[in-house]
Amino acid sequence: MTSRDAILGRIRAALTDVPSEERPQDVPVPRDYRRSHTGPGQDTVALFAERVADYRATVSRTDRAGLRDAVAVALTRRRARYLALPGGFPMELLPTGSWQWHTEPLDVPALDELDGAITLAAAGIAITGTIVLDTSPGQGRRALTLVPDYHLCIVGADQIADDVPDALARLDPTRPLTFISGPSATSDIELDRVEGVHGPRTLDVIIVEPSVSGH
Amino acid sequence: MSSRGVVWLGSPSFPDAARVALKDDQLRANLKRATGTIRDKRLTVAAELDDWEELRTAAEAIKNRTARHLDHYLVQLEESVTAAGGTVHWASDAAEANRIVTELVQATGEREVVKVKSMATQEIGLNEALAEAGITAYETDLAELIVQLGDDRPSHILVPAIHKNRTEIRDLFRAEMGHWGQPAPEDLTDEPRELAEAARRHLRQKFLTAKVAVSGANFACADTGTVLVVESEGNGRMCLTLPETLITVMGIEKVLPTWSDLEVFLQLLPRSSTGERMNPYTSTWSGTTEGDGPSEFHLVLLDNGRTDTLADPVGRQTLGCIRCSACLNVCPVFERTGGHAYGSVYPGPIGAVLTPQLVGVEQAASLPFASTLCGACYDACPVKINIPEVLAHLRAKVVEAKDGHTVEGLAMKAAGKVLDSPRLLGAAQKAAALGGRALARNGKIGRLPGPLHGWTDTRDTPAPPAESFRTWWRKNRESE
Amino acid sequence: MRIALFITCFNDTMFPGTGRAVVTVLERLGHTVDFPQEQTCCGQMHFNTGYRPDAVPLVARFARTFADYDAIVTPSASCAGMVKENHPLLAEEYGHEQLRRDVAGLVPRVHEFTEFLTDVLKVTDVGAHFPHRVSYHPTCHSLRGLRLGDRPQQLLRAVRGIDLVDLPAADSCCGFGGTFAVKNADTSSAMLADKTAGVLATGAEVLCAADNSCLMHIGGGLSRQGSAVRTMHLAEILASTEGDQL
Repeated sequence: MTSRDAILGRIRAALTDVPSEERPQDVPVPRDYRRSHTGPGQDTVALFAERVADYRATVSRTDRAGLRDAVAVALTRRRARYLALPGGFPMELLPTGSWQWHTEPLDVPALDELDGAITLAAAGIAITGTIVLDTSPGQGRRALTLVPDYHLCIVGADQIADDVPDALARLDPTRPLTFISGPSATSDIELDRVEGVHGPRTLDVIIVEPSVSGH
Repeated sequence: MSSRGVVWLGSPSFPDAARVALKDDQLRANLKRATGTIRDKRLTVAAELDDWEELRTAAEAIKNRTARHLDHYLVQLEESVTAAGGTVHWASDAAEANRIVTELVQATGEREVVKVKSMATQEIGLNEALAEAGITAYETDLAELIVQLGDDRPSHILVPAIHKNRTEIRDLFRAEMGHWGQPAPEDLTDEPRELAEAARRHLRQKFLTAKVAVSGANFACADTGTVLVVESEGNGRMCLTLPETLITVMGIEKVLPTWSDLEVFLQLLPRSSTGERMNPYTSTWSGTTEGDGPSEFHLVLLDNGRTDTLADPVGRQTLGCIRCSACLNVCPVFERTGGHAYGSVYPGPIGAVLTPQLVGVEQAASLPFASTLCGACYDACPVKINIPEVLAHLRAKVVEAKDGHTVEGLAMKAAGKVLDSPRLLGAAQKAAALGGRALARNGKIGRLPGPLHGWTDTRDTPAPPAESFRTWWRKNRESE
Repeated sequence: MRIALFITCFNDTMFPGTGRAVVTVLERLGHTVDFPQEQTCCGQMHFNTGYRPDAVPLVARFARTFADYDAIVTPSASCAGMVKENHPLLAEEYGHEQLRRDVAGLVPRVHEFTEFLTDVLKVTDVGAHFPHRVSYHPTCHSLRGLRLGDRPQQLLRAVRGIDLVDLPAADSCCGFGGTFAVKNADTSSAMLADKTAGVLATGAEVLCAADNSCLMHIGGGLSRQGSAVRTMHLAEILASTEGDQL
């Protein structure tokens, strides 16, 4: 008898009180919790910005036309010159200047030499101030946003889900996902929160909103 | 050590271990400060969600559905993980799980592994088993690193080094880091920020060069084969992303029916655990992904006493635990004694119910009694595990195992006889009043020798009054 | 309404004054109270210490004794909780069909004293007068077991002359826990020390609660420390009138 059979056998023996005709979906799961905690008519983008900033990440809001400048401002402020650039990243979003864009293939030692990474995102979550990456074009392999010490992430306003249930419904669970809520942190010393441990110690998020100038 | 490992061999009973811990003023201060900090944070972020109770109810129901059909979901998980490129292993107990992991590491030819914090691997004593095979396991979570450097034991589910304060951690880093790798800076202060930075430098090279990682899992979705690790520091991401081989050891109760069920748990866990709206990093993966992350993924499904727990319809709810540690942080007993007194990998209220069920009540007979049944844990639990109910249930099992042949058992029998008879109770009241008055000074009973000294050492007891209520009633109401 | 007092074995033996206070308050409000002599104990000690089968005859006795009353009132949150939560459990586990039915029928009629006043009799002002500084300790069974919320405080706030002060860390357990105080005496004493420090910080003359067991524990600690703070069951404050001496 394999351990698999033994464990499954023990489980079945343990559940003698469960009627044999009961199916999993027969066990009721009340789902009267909210699908979203945002209020009616609430500005989800503003909420997202506020909640991301709560984690001591820096947030800026711009439109498509101002995006390149916003990227330039962020990179200049962080003094980040050597940057990892994921495959499929839209080149037209990159500012012109003295930045060096390093594209794949990038092994770990190479990534470790860089100042930061610039990526797009798969989704944002307003209530929790979370960005999610799913390694699609423009987001790069997971190592790209992990090894360098700085991550600049561009999120479209239309990508921001109200809340966790909505975000999970938008995401593809078969892809490797990384949920990021602020820079890395620890509460391991006296349960006091300290930002910046092994992951990127600095996170900048740029939210791209539809143009307001009425094109 | 039993093949299940959960209990630390040679641990004294809870009351004895607690007595020692309570004498440590520094420990008491550390615990009070830390639990106080986290308690307020949790209350604040839980209060932000006006459907907190509905979320708890849903979480409890999902875990109940999972437990009642655990075989179905594990088989489904195995199928989906395998389809996604992972390999699933089944381990009946600690020894088997350790053997599986050791052989998997040996197959890679590596002598070192990096580890994500994991309760399951703590439980089975994996690091010790790997060491016996000549393999060094490096803990990468800050608190686990503190514990490992100090050759210490974890005392909390979320923050294993909660018993240490910043100065103690600073001293430890200075003394020990050099033996394991990159030493701590000479001028290291006890600022938490600097301590975190020292840990970052100490582990950096290990992350960047590690070929094999071992992790636990917070959740695994049966329908998609998606496994999750919820963390804060990024050490998890490092271990889950950079090495070539990933081995995940997961208790069989961690499976969830569907990916969408996470919408409940990813709201409850961070808020209950660290008191944040969301923890900094959550990584999910389904099997392996071409060109990204480990090319080899092994999932080890661990029983190690869980099926025994499942067999008890009352105790079964314990398997709903998501290891958030909210119950520890609100527990007045844990706050005083700390985690080591529980003599187990699982301390605090959840440990007091989980440990005896995993190893058998005879192996941890004092734990179900290590509680006042105050109920704070039940209120805090995000999956509504009725810990007081399970504690009382397990107390009965402990008594049953001793078969009543104890001094206490005989006394309880005798008390039961008296309390089931108004006549005998009345007689006992008269005797108590007489005896009490004989012992009392100024109406108070002071220190007494014998089995009640633990009570009388710190408390005066009023002498029972001469007239019980029932006597007063007969004189003043029934005679009217 | 036929009201029965369930005094509890502990109060009957150690704190008969609490029983007299309950009778005083209910009679002042115009009700007649019965005290069925066949009552003894709810079985809580046996249940909580793991001697479940020994508690079953006490469950049956309780059901027999109080079967004919419209309301059973008890000045003990922990015993009320035992009856309401665990009597059905014991009847289910060890009892026969008749006992299960009797217990199920009885449980909704069992009331902790303060909850009986506020929710059944719908009164908060019971005509009491108590000109002292008082702090209230919400025992675990009142707060988290029975979910009494602020009902006790509503009753206390309506007492004339009272100076009600908040207890710091009020909701944390005092460390009594029944046999816990003996089995885990050191931990219990450590919890007690924090609780008494909180009481002393209030400057109250009196600490009150809805459970005499916890009060005996806290009062015993205060007394051993030489403190003059008195512990009183909340019912005794509600029974006090002008001219009563503390």
